[in-house]
Amino acid sequence: MNLGGVEVSSMAKGETLADTIRVVSGYADAIVLRHPKVGAARLASEFSDIPILNGGDGAGQHPSQTLIDLYTIRQSMPLDNIEIGLIGDLMYGRTTHSLAYALARYNARIHTIAPKGLGLPDSIHDNLVEKGAKVIEHDTIEEIISELDVLYVTRLQRERFPDPAKFFDISQGYRITPSQLSDVKEHLAILHPLPRVDEIDPAVDNTPYARYFQQARNGVPVRMAMLTEVMR
Amino acid sequence: MTENNPENTLVINTIRDGTVIDHITAGEALIVLRILGITGSTSECVSVATNVTSEALTKKDVVKIENRELKAKEVDRIALVAPNATINIIRNYRVIDKKGVIIPSVLMGVLKCPNPCCITNTNEPVLSRFEMLGKKAVCSYCDAVISSDISTHII
Repeated sequence: MNLGGVEVSSMAKGETLADTIRVVSGYADAIVLRHPKVGAARLASEFSDIPILNGGDGAGQHPSQTLIDLYTIRQSMPLDNIEIGLIGDLMYGRTTHSLAYALARYNARIHTIAPKGLGLPDSIHDNLVEKGAKVIEHDTIEEIISELDVLYVTRLQRERFPDPAKFFDISQGYRITPSQLSDVKEHLAILHPLPRVDEIDPAVDNTPYARYFQQARNGVPVRMAMLTEVMR
Repeated sequence: MTENNPENTLVINTIRDGTVIDHITAGEALIVLRILGITGSTSECVSVATNVTSEALTKKDVVKIENRELKAKEVDRIALVAPNATINIIRNYRVIDKKGVIIPSVLMGVLKCPNPCCITNTNEPVLSRFEMLGKKAVCSYCDAVISSDISTHII
């Protein structure tokens, strides 16, 4: 059942998420929840008799995307000890939060490249460091791109910048082009959770490094596997 | 609190039965009452003394609650603002139990999450929930961290 967005559900009439979950859990075998508030999936799990899959909770986490990301990386290289660059909006980009937590378990070195004010939230940064992850901040992608095994690109959201001209200026510094890939590792994998706007030049699509469409395709078997697993 | 010397006698009376919370950090007594859910609309007879001279703390606050014996779970929450507080259970004017406070490992409905986008800052029927990790409080829903001035986040 596709219940649509929050705006067409009973929540638009003022129903709480807790009530919605209790109702829907009587109709279905599992619930995939995407919600604008952080922690929505965790709350839903407290009111549900059936499995809840977090399909993204605000600027919080996106664990199902992370499983897809891990699977895509694993198709190219072992997950252990990789050097990964996270570039773009790391503050509100929930996919990078979940991926960073997951890769911390594989002893990854995490390189972050983000505009001022859009770096990893302090709470996540500190949590990663406490878990033993190595997190290194960089001002530009050029500083580190030749050392990366994986480059994970996320979209800079226009609405985070009140001044459109400033958005254009800043976004150019976080755009991946073929000229930046002249000295990269042979097995570099460039990932993006999509949709992309301008942050990856379409000319990169034709390089051997582009894996984002393969990554999108992987969403089908990985999500099938998740649904199978939770309803087993 | 020396009862024999009139100059050192508190302006609040001793109580026959109930709870005395002593050694509260000076100035925090009203917050302590708020944490305990004592708002003035409840039936307890409550006495509050603030900035009382104390040898150990120089200044301290004291709260006396008549005819109500607070339980450990209730009082441990006040450790956030009054870590040195002592809880004295009084029966027939005698202290029959005296203990300190311990910050609980989980705080339910005590702190407001500082993240405005947290699901607990909505009309959902849940209490805020924070886990204490050392001196930090971490929201169980959105992972927001309160690392300083925890008392300013008390609901």
